Amino acid sequence: MKADPHGVLTGTHFIDGDHACCEGALAAGARFAAGYPITPSTEVVERFAARVPTVGGTFIQMEDELAASITLQGAVWGGAKAFTVTSGPGFSLMMEHIGYAAMTETPCVFVDVQRGGPSTGLPTLPAQADMMQARWGSHGDYEIIALCPNSPQECFDLTIKAFNLAEEFRVPVMFMMDEVVGHMTEKVVIPPAEQIEVVPRKHTHKSIQDYLPYGTNGDMVPEMAHAGEGYKFHVTGLTHDERGYPNMTPQMQDKLVKRLQNKIRTAADRICIFEQDRLESAEVVVVSYGITSRVAQRAIDLARDRGLRVGKLRLITAWPFPAKKIAELASQVKAFVVPELNLGQMVREVERAVAGLAKTVAVSHAGGGVHSPDEILNTIVEASR
Amino acid sequence: MRLTEIRIAGFGGQGVILSAIVLGKAASIYENGFATMTQNFGPEARGGACSAQLVVSDSPVLYPYTTRPDIMVIMSQEAYNRFAPELKPGGMLIIEEDLVRVDDLKGDPRVYAIPATRFAEELGKRMVLNSVMVGFFTAVTELLRANAVRRAVADSVPPSFRDLNLRAFERGYEYGVEVLAKGPSRPHWEPLAVTEE
Repeated sequence: MKADPHGVLTGTHFIDGDHACCEGALAAGARFAAGYPITPSTEVVERFAARVPTVGGTFIQMEDELAASITLQGAVWGGAKAFTVTSGPGFSLMMEHIGYAAMTETPCVFVDVQRGGPSTGLPTLPAQADMMQARWGSHGDYEIIALCPNSPQECFDLTIKAFNLAEEFRVPVMFMMDEVVGHMTEKVVIPPAEQIEVVPRKHTHKSIQDYLPYGTNGDMVPEMAHAGEGYKFHVTGLTHDERGYPNMTPQMQDKLVKRLQNKIRTAADRICIFEQDRLESAEVVVVSYGITSRVAQRAIDLARDRGLRVGKLRLITAWPFPAKKIAELASQVKAFVVPELNLGQMVREVERAVAGLAKTVAVSHAGGGVHSPDEILNTIVEASR
Repeated sequence: MRLTEIRIAGFGGQGVILSAIVLGKAASIYENGFATMTQNFGPEARGGACSAQLVVSDSPVLYPYTTRPDIMVIMSQEAYNRFAPELKPGGMLIIEEDLVRVDDLKGDPRVYAIPATRFAEELGKRMVLNSVMVGFFTAVTELLRANAVRRAVADSVPPSFRDLNLRAFERGYEYGVEVLAKGPSRPHWEPLAVTEE
């Protein structure tokens, strides 16, 4: 399905990543957002609040992030595409409802413009230290999808992708920006609506009598009905059967939770997107994401100038993690170098996939700024010895 | 347009950020270049320290920040004291000459000075000093085509202020062309009267 032209601000713009994310959400068809302002994410909803009335939608500033993260799910069950936007401290408060969205299979997008933590940390300065929280922050077993843009253009393009994945898999999608990407201004090209593909809600075609809210048809993703359409359904965070009613038995738990995992795991190869360069001949592979991937690119170029064989693997999808790709490379290369603005998160995932077949070296940075390209370069040089 | 690092700094209300947006837009939309702009400011809406970093290039910009700026546009004394030492040796220093006292210059910068605020006041609105400065920048740096910057000015300001901003751009640009012909120099400034106690 093509994007609704009302929401698409076609043209060439010079805007920051936060604003581009907002335009991506509008282009994807988001007509509802609930949020609580927090630096460095506020510009996303600030723009949404100004723009959405012109396309027929609603923004509500809630009393806190707990309220924001559940209000948007009410809007989804009412038929809207919806999202919320926050940063670390707010993201922490949203964890309970991210689990609720995973359990109730509510398609929605959580944007986290990462700043330094823990706690209130560094409100105006960058980090990439919520990557594990995005994956594991809520209790219980579940799967989510997480995307990491590295430019304002990608904040636009990948926000659309985030909404599309949310609808396709009925899963909460984490949009993991960072302060630099959010506040960096660059050219952003927004194409005409007819060139933007959007995935519509997976709405049931069944009659009211035949509809089972959590019945699946082989693809593990149930069809939705919306409140007020006459369909009978029950939405609960309790372990539930195909009707949506609580059924708290080990058998039902096994069936439901495994399906929630498998609907993402079995599609992981299709969901995972990454950018790769010169992996075939590489001795060292630099794995990075978000703003760090741009700093790393400079280090890679400098290393290549010195004659080193360096490959690049940029994670665009962080979750599900492209473990298969890393494992394939592990038998061919000497080392993986993983720079990130945290003290070691995705690097452990790389290490797990490498399974001892090559060295895995972290280039840690506690956040508050970005790496200097030299820090990464030195590690590449060291790792290639 | 080879990779050029630019720092624009002054205080809130001078249009520091908008200047960087205009120049970045000119480079990346109205010329075939690339531009990345980042900004720093305090919590104040007016009067606080404010600065923007702009990196322009003919290939995609990777590292988003300036390291040793090639060009610096300085519109307040506080900004001068804080940022001038970062200027690349032999770099270009553009100043608001009524607001910045240049002293103790190291690294042999090429200095170009303009009373941008005064020119803006003569045009009827002090607010357009940033467009005067952008015009001056365009002339003395010769980094971007004047027409590209004019178009960027025109579509970055509210329609009702478009003509005024374009006049401000021309005022700064023409002054810049004159100043450039004379070559860089230390600006003339009157020492502030200091009352001995």
